[in-house]
Amino acid sequence: MNTAGATLRTLTRLFVDDGSRALQILAVVVIAEILAILFPNISLGAGSVLLIGSLEVLFVSVARASSR
Amino acid sequence: MIGDLAHGGPAIAASFLASLVEAVEALTIVLAVGTVRGWRPAGLGAIAGFALLVLIVVALGPLLDRLPLHFLQLAIGILLLLFGMRWLRKSILRSAGIIPLHDEASAFAIETAELREHARQHEARLDWFPALASFKAVLLEGLEVVFIVIAVSAGRGLLIPASIGALAACLMIAGIGFVIHRPLARVPENTLKFAVGIMLAAFGVIWTGEGLGVAWPGADLAIVAFAALFLGVGRAGVVLARRSNVGVLP
Repeated sequence: MNTAGATLRTLTRLFVDDGSRALQILAVVVIAEILAILFPNISLGAGSVLLIGSLEVLFVSVARASSR
Repeated sequence: MIGDLAHGGPAIAASFLASLVEAVEALTIVLAVGTVRGWRPAGLGAIAGFALLVLIVVALGPLLDRLPLHFLQLAIGILLLLFGMRWLRKSILRSAGIIPLHDEASAFAIETAELREHARQHEARLDWFPALASFKAVLLEGLEVVFIVIAVSAGRGLLIPASIGALAACLMIAGIGFVIHRPLARVPENTLKFAVGIMLAAFGVIWTGEGLGVAWPGADLAIVAFAALFLGVGRAGVVLARRSNVGVLP
């Protein structure tokens, strides 16, 4: 039972150890998806939002953790 | 040739390096079990854990190949972004000294102390605990490797090369551990995690974008540029975090 519980906890923590960062990443993906739907001819715009948004989420997350 | 390398190289490298890190962590616990409670339960637990992991890869890998490619790219891309950014952020904070580095020697000491205490308390009983500890270590550390192998290879026909990369790393670490019988405290785990985090985050952007219908310039070669960008932001993050860390010291 402990092993099953630990495995489940490990599986969850593989992806989400900080809920707010996970939400920020999902928000970036959703914005990129909306852009991809609205402007299918310039998909690179959605791609740029995805790339720059991901880099920004990473940087902001590190900055927040180091200022605590 | 360059296209082939750009296509398969990062996937195999990510699988190999991630497996190296996780195998070192699993080996520490298996060695602790072997040292305190004997090599038979340590070996049996490790083999059982490894067999279950192989079963998961064999079952899930081909199944994922049957899903619609865009759905697969989007779902795995998002998971890779979440997973890769977690590794990368932690490595940045460890490099900057904000959180302590993972210390295999200290992990080994803690594990052996726990096993000795458990052995003292349950001396008279038939004991499956050491084998279970070894099984759990291999399974839990291995699950991360399985995710990486499946995520970087699914839908691109790279499951076998990525699995070979992961297997090579595991066998290498197991072989070294078998010979020296000590935890591999000198492996630069954080540097490896930093590198793998960069690759996984770059893979995550590529896959999520392709799932959204983005046509990246240079196709698979774009991963090199994205990895360079994540490396740049990662290095900047280390510098920023170090400055903040020095700033809060008395």
